[in-house]
Order: sequence, then structure tokens, then C-alpha cells
Amino acid sequence: MSHPRSYRLSFVLISVALCLAVVLNISSGSVSIPFSATLSGLLGKPLEVPSWEYILWDYRVPKALTALLVGGGLSLSGLLMQTLFRNPLAGPFVLGISSGASLGAALLLMGASFVSSFASLSFVGDVSLAIAASLGSFLVLAVVLIVAQRIRDTMALLIIGLMFGSITSALVSVLAYFTSAESLQRFIFWSFGSVGNLSSQQLSLLAGIVILGVLLCVLSIKALNAFLLGEHYAQSLGVSLKKSRLVIIAAAGLLAGGITAFAGPIVFIGLAVPHLTRQIFDTMEHRILVPAVFLYGAILMLLCDTLAQLPNSVNVLPINAITSLVGAPVVIWLLVRKRKMIF
Amino acid sequence: MENVEKHILSTKELAIGYGSKVVAEHINFSLETGTLCGIVGANGIGKSTLLRTLGGFQSKLGGNIYLKGKTLENHSPSEMAQKLSVVLTEPPASKNLTVQELIALGRQPYTNWLGSLSSMDKDHIDQSINAFLLNDLRNAKCHELSDGQLQRVLIARAMAQDTPLILLDEPTTHLDLYHKVQILKLLQQLAHQNQKTILFTTHEIDLAIQLCDKTLILDGVNNPFGAPCELIEQHCFERLFPSEMIQFDAKTGTFKVNK
Repeated sequence: MSHPRSYRLSFVLISVALCLAVVLNISSGSVSIPFSATLSGLLGKPLEVPSWEYILWDYRVPKALTALLVGGGLSLSGLLMQTLFRNPLAGPFVLGISSGASLGAALLLMGASFVSSFASLSFVGDVSLAIAASLGSFLVLAVVLIVAQRIRDTMALLIIGLMFGSITSALVSVLAYFTSAESLQRFIFWSFGSVGNLSSQQLSLLAGIVILGVLLCVLSIKALNAFLLGEHYAQSLGVSLKKSRLVIIAAAGLLAGGITAFAGPIVFIGLAVPHLTRQIFDTMEHRILVPAVFLYGAILMLLCDTLAQLPNSVNVLPINAITSLVGAPVVIWLLVRKRKMIF
Repeated sequence: MENVEKHILSTKELAIGYGSKVVAEHINFSLETGTLCGIVGANGIGKSTLLRTLGGFQSKLGGNIYLKGKTLENHSPSEMAQKLSVVLTEPPASKNLTVQELIALGRQPYTNWLGSLSSMDKDHIDQSINAFLLNDLRNAKCHELSDGQLQRVLIARAMAQDTPLILLDEPTTHLDLYHKVQILKLLQQLAHQNQKTILFTTHEIDLAIQLCDKTLILDGVNNPFGAPCELIEQHCFERLFPSEMIQFDAKTGTFKVNK
């Protein structure tokens, strides 16, 4: 395809931007730490105030890493779905995948206490939360995909995705009605979305899931490119449709589900980032898009988290509010400027 | 058996259709290397169904299809991809691909797991681009192209796939007469110069008679197959449509409206 070399400069720039976004994200927070101190702290030098060191390494660095993984992973999941469904408006949230993850998480967080109020929530571990959310997203993704085979009309498919989203959120509401206040609160906070507060154990689990998802995605690059021609053409090029579709779904579901489990249902990143990326990397070649979308998503998520952090204030805005405020106008702008989003 | 080996594609008592509904049966033909063959027939007689069946997109209802003497079912997806390429009526799913990107996808059966292009792949892509007069459009996006240009791009992609057999479903629909002839001329050139076997469905019976080496008339019953002149002598074209409105003129090889 077109020469990857021509995008080398863009990749250098976007990588530099990512580093800047990481540093910016780490240097801002409720406790004001001077920028120079943050930098020297990151370079491994001891800091003047011991508590700064604690804040830096035990809170802000893990939070930045989480934002990086969440943003990159969700964006990649969006790219996979847009190619798989051949639809520019597909994304983890629009197709109800995030709602599926919410249902999985809700069943675990609230259903567990509902079934046996004696059992403490302690057995609801991180792993089971990740599994439940991933299973929920796989379930919705599989159903949407089965429907997609029967219905070729892409608009109908999106509406069906939205309906699945409504059904799952309705089920979540029913669960919430019967559950205890304690578990409900836990679920509500989870649903606001947050990239902070992950233990190192949770963070490494999240990293593992994202790395696995990215690996599956990289293995599917050739098939993803073939899918750009349509399924029949892909088949005529020797792509095994069933196998490739399964791997792509597994990657998209794993990324969307795993991330939603730890960071909550985060909206718009998955939908908007692939389109934003194509403003810089004007290609459909997945060998270029996959790394570019991951980097771009990571940058955007870090910036959104920095904004949510309200400089020098104790208050933290729900990350979902920020991603909506940033993402929705972007989608509108794209639609107005290009008349239609050409996939 | 030797006879079968020499032929790129042949069918024996092939029956096609959907589920239990047979659309056409008793289809027998075989194509040698470097043949341009048109499939003609009335609307709904099963031309596209036949092409989809031959391409492996839907299963046959009876009989056999041989690709170079080996039945179609015994081919793995990657074997198929190196023997047979297709041009379908559906447009490419992404109209954001550039001409060169789309044609390069034709090399997928030969590239590594990541799809990196070797210098041989690039040669094939350049040859296809030049053969279909697309050099000026290399970096154009597909949504910027006219119907005729897009059709040329799709055929160039099939050529880049470098398969002995190319199947095309109605490659000349939506085109004006000039571009219809242009496409068919290019296909003829591809068949004769590059020794490709090309099979396409069409409604342009008069053009098919003039340009094709062989014609398959699909009527769902006898399905006569042969060189166009032979079929004219056997009065096969006369039976293609009910004769109260149009009639075939064997002298000119065209249909005339009854006055």
C-alpha cells in the first residue's frame, strides 16, 4: 500500500505528543507539585517533600498508565468495530458493547449481594469483575454480530445496537432497584468512569488484558485490510471469514470489556478517535492505523483526565462528562464538515 | 481425465439455486486457458447465482465444478485465492481506499502475515495499474472515481491477484456504451495477451457476440455453450426471449424490436 515512510514524521510527532501528555497528566493534580519537581521525580531523583514522592509514584504514575491503556485500548476497539461492521459510526458505546459490560459488572456487583445478602462482597474480586464485564460485552457483541449478518442496512444495525443498550441499562435499573444501598453506590461510582484508584495488581491485570487485545488485533491486521473490500472479497482473497471474525470480536470484546471493568463505561473515545486519527494519517491501511489509533487514543484520554482533574482543586470531575464534552462535538464537527463520514 | 486437466474451469451437470429451490440445472461447459467467455440470459435466470456458486460464495445443489481438474470443494481458502479472483457487483466496503491501496489488496494471497509487499508484488501492482490505464489515478480515493473508473480499478485488482481464472458479475452495468466497450476490450486483451481465463455475466448480448471467444446461454434447461457463431447457427439466441417483442437477427448478431 502507500509507503509507510511518508508517515514516519507523523509517528515521531505523535509519540512526542504522547510523552508530553503523560508528563502534563502527571504534573497536574489536587496537590500542587512544581513542574520541575515532577520532571526530576520522573527521572528518578529524590524529591524535597517525601509526600510528593508517594503521590507521584503511588497515585499519579499508575493513573497516567491507566489512562494511557484505557484510551489506547478503547480507541483500538472502536477501530476494530468500524472495520468489522464497515460502519463509521460503530464503536464500543454505540453498539451497546459498553452497556453489555455494565450489565456484566452490575450482575456481579449488585446481583451477588441480591442473591445472598450474607455473602460479603469480598469474593467479588478484580478478576471476576473483569471476567463478568468482558462476558457481558462479548454477549452483546455476539448478538449484534448475528443480527448484522441478517440485516445489511447499517442504520438499522446501529439502532439495534442502541436498543440492546437500552435493554441492558433497563436490566441494570431493575437490579439497582432490588439491591442494597451499599452495592448500588459501588456500582454508581463505577459507572461514572475513573482511571484513578487502581491498585498495582489491578493495573497489571488491565495491562495484561490490553496487551492481549492489542496482540490479537495485530494478528488480524491483514484480515482487517481485506475486510475493507467487503466480506465476499475478503473470502476471495483467502481470508477465513469465521476465524478472522472470531479473532477480531475477541480482541474488540476483550479490550472494551476489560477496560470497562476497571475504568467504567467511558463514552465517545472508541467512536471518535479512529476518525480523528484519519485527519492526520489519511489512510485505511491497518498497519499504520492500529499503532496510530492506539497512540492518539492514549493522548486524548490523558488530556481528558488532566482536564477532569481540575488543576489544584480537590474536586475530580467524572471522566465520562469530559470525554462526552470533547467527543460529541468532534463527531458533530466531522459530520458537518464532511457531510457524511466516509468509511 | 486428461481432457479435464487441460481445462481451467469445467462443470458437469451443475445445478444451482438457494436451499431446495433449483434456479438452473444441467449446466455443462469447460473453458481453456486464455478464453473470454460471456454468460447471457434473461433477468432472474440465475446468471449471478451461477457466478457466486463458481466463486465458492454459495454451495451448489448438484453436479460438479472442477478447477484445473480438482473439485471446487477440495480447495482450501488460500488455494482458491491463488486460482480464482472475482469482481462483484457490490462496491468495495470502504470508499476511502486509494486506487493503489485497493489494487494492492489483490496481492494478499501472496504476502506474509502482516501483508508486506515484496518487489514482485509491487511489479504486479504496477502492471495492473498500467494495463487498466490508471496511472494518473493512483492516489485518488475510490469515492472520487466515476463508475467506469471504479470498475477498471476492481478489475485491475483481480488482475493483480494473478489467478488463471477471473470471474466478473455484470462488469458493464451502469456504464455508457463507450465505457462498456472499453471494459470488454480490456478484458479481451487480458484474456488473450496474459493468457487469463475470464468468465463474466452480461446483458450486452450483441457486444458479447462480437468480443467473446465462447458464450454460455443460460436458459435453465439446455444451457447451450459454444463459440458465438456456432450458437447463432444453432438458433440458440432466438429462444432467449419470448419472440413477440424482440427478435434476433442472425445476419447482424443483434436483437431488433418488432414494429
